[in-house]
Amino acid sequence: MSTTSSYGFQPTRFLTALIMLAIVIAALYIGFDLLRAQAVPERTDALAKFAQSIFDNATPAGKLINGIFAILLGVGGMAALFWAANGVVEELPETPKRWLLPYVFVGPMAVLLIFLYIIPTIRTVLLSFYDRDGEIFVGLQNYIDTFTVPDMWDSFRNTILWIVLGTFFCVSLGLLIATLADRSKFETVARAIVFMPMAISFVGAAVIFRFIYYYAPEGSNQIGLLNAIVTTFGRQPQAWLQYNQPWNNLWLIIVVIWMQTGFCMVIFSAALKGVPEELLEAGRIDGATEVRIFFNILLPYIWGTIVTVTTTIIIFMLKIFDLVMGMTGGQFSTEVIGTQFYRQLFANRNIGWGAAIATLLLIAVIPVMAYNLRQLAQNRK
Amino acid sequence: MKSYSRNKRTSSLIVNISLALICFLWILPTIGLLVSSFRTSRAIAESGWWYILPHQAWVKISEMPAPTGTDPDKPITIEGVTATFEQFRAGVESNGKRLKWEGNRRLGTVFVEEQRWTMDTRFTIDNYRAVILGDQFQEKQEDGTLRQIQGNDIGPSMINTAVVAIPSTILPILIAAFAAYAFSWMNFIGRKILFVAVVALLVVPLQVAMVPILRDFARLEINGSYLAVWLAHVTFGLPLATYLLYNYISQLPRETMEAAYIDGASHFTTFTRLVLPLSVPALASFAIFQFIWVWNDFLVSLIFLGPSGNLRVMTARLTDMIGSRGQDWHYLTAGAFITMLVPLIVFFSMQRYFIRGLLAGSVKG
Repeated sequence: MSTTSSYGFQPTRFLTALIMLAIVIAALYIGFDLLRAQAVPERTDALAKFAQSIFDNATPAGKLINGIFAILLGVGGMAALFWAANGVVEELPETPKRWLLPYVFVGPMAVLLIFLYIIPTIRTVLLSFYDRDGEIFVGLQNYIDTFTVPDMWDSFRNTILWIVLGTFFCVSLGLLIATLADRSKFETVARAIVFMPMAISFVGAAVIFRFIYYYAPEGSNQIGLLNAIVTTFGRQPQAWLQYNQPWNNLWLIIVVIWMQTGFCMVIFSAALKGVPEELLEAGRIDGATEVRIFFNILLPYIWGTIVTVTTTIIIFMLKIFDLVMGMTGGQFSTEVIGTQFYRQLFANRNIGWGAAIATLLLIAVIPVMAYNLRQLAQNRK
Repeated sequence: MKSYSRNKRTSSLIVNISLALICFLWILPTIGLLVSSFRTSRAIAESGWWYILPHQAWVKISEMPAPTGTDPDKPITIEGVTATFEQFRAGVESNGKRLKWEGNRRLGTVFVEEQRWTMDTRFTIDNYRAVILGDQFQEKQEDGTLRQIQGNDIGPSMINTAVVAIPSTILPILIAAFAAYAFSWMNFIGRKILFVAVVALLVVPLQVAMVPILRDFARLEINGSYLAVWLAHVTFGLPLATYLLYNYISQLPRETMEAAYIDGASHFTTFTRLVLPLSVPALASFAIFQFIWVWNDFLVSLIFLGPSGNLRVMTARLTDMIGSRGQDWHYLTAGAFITMLVPLIVFFSMQRYFIRGLLAGSVKG
């Protein structure tokens, strides 16, 4: 039984706490409405006019003021909400307090997850059976369309290319580099260099690699690295991102390998550190070559990690979007499921179809989800 | 034993050489970007960025006025070399020198050039000036004339990115830390099912939830405001945040917590005074992970803030530039480098925490 500083139920203190909570909620509401008013230029009520007058987003200074206000409101408001809600519950008698307090702590998370993640996910699955405006029930039509339109076939084929080749090279290169780095004095530097692209946005990476793949007609200055190399060896320059479809997808996949290998490497590095030294020494004394040690001792030892990393990367490849948008915008048959989702939803304004594609993504991750939940159940035991 | 150690030495040499090669390949793209962003537009158009390295090239050693009044149909003789005008325009080589006709036929100059070691050092910071600001500005052309150019407005969109990223990093931590505390140290109905939901949502792609959220937000008229992006980012970040922080907070020593309760501390005080300070490493790991993710995000901001307008974020602006200024590599490289700057600083200063965050939970929906 926990003791608290307040003895029994004191109505005045409870009322004060309640008023505090009301003030916080009211302030939050007004604050958020000020932010919201900017998004709706047609609004003409007093609050919206006030918002439009103080937040001038057209100038950097106005933007900065608006930004600071928004940050303070968002972060401070949430903290104040926790504090005020806790204040109210603290003033309750012991029994209801013990009942209610956990929900103050877990409530915001539960509300957000339920209303902005779980219910929308269910609604997406339902919407996938409706027409383009999400109003008329069409049964499986969206799925039938999805699997029969040639455009979509391209996207499925490409996504499979991404998953197979991208995952294979990310994981194997990550493992190779981690193993090499593990035996080198320069481990820290090497790891930082290979890991660094993870901090770069896909759009930034798209600029980097579009420049590398840049094509200038034969005879002009090849300022793109790849064509410069190719022409040095007397070959013709190529428009890599357009040429030889569908294998031009490989040039995009290289970018993601460059970006994600670091992730695999870091995880594998940590796993390799966990392999007992005696095991390796024993292998070496028995005269095993380093290659055999790698395949017969290291690989089996970190197999679990390899599986985890591989599934993570597969899920990652499944959702690839930004990179394709930045590199080709989905042209030259480089469309993937992620970009089709966006295209159907926004360019074609087809809600039902967009929802069907999203549902396919969901179905694809269900095995992993089931595996995670089974692990959780086992850990609980 | 001796041969074993020699083997070891050669193998370590092989290891280091392959590692160096890999590192070279890995860092090359970024270096190319960085170098290019500081080169003048003319320099970028004329030569690859690697020409800043010492290389052999034709360098002008002297010049002379071109002969005038020559017969247009006959070859011309300059310095004892005879060739047609077109050949001189392209450059004619003879005993280690090259004669090159610059300018037109009647009023030209002949450059005498020699192969020399040289470096292309045409560097500038104008690219950054042009990319960061949104105003009109004067760009000095190679021929000395000024050209009016519309700036690329990356600076203001960086403010937008920051306003999106900072609350989208702090709020999930705050909300998830409270929840993780409840999961670890409180008993309540629905505890198990909620936690199962958290673990299940870890791998659900955010696209799956996006369509209905977008419709709800449209009804609430918050699409296109920071509020919409925050809510989306916070929610999509919550499963991982809760999972990571739960793993950490539930491992805090039971005695410490019980001592606090016996001293009469409420759950709220225990949480703010004891648990939060003790969890700083876990909070930092997630914070860096989430911050870099949100800063680099394109899809969520694109959908909830829109591809254009005053509030669009940097990644949206840069994608726009790829479309509209696809050949202006001096602007694109500078723009891309600006978007990378903050995550790279965060990454290099707090790499250790970032890696720890990755190791603790490497899945994200």
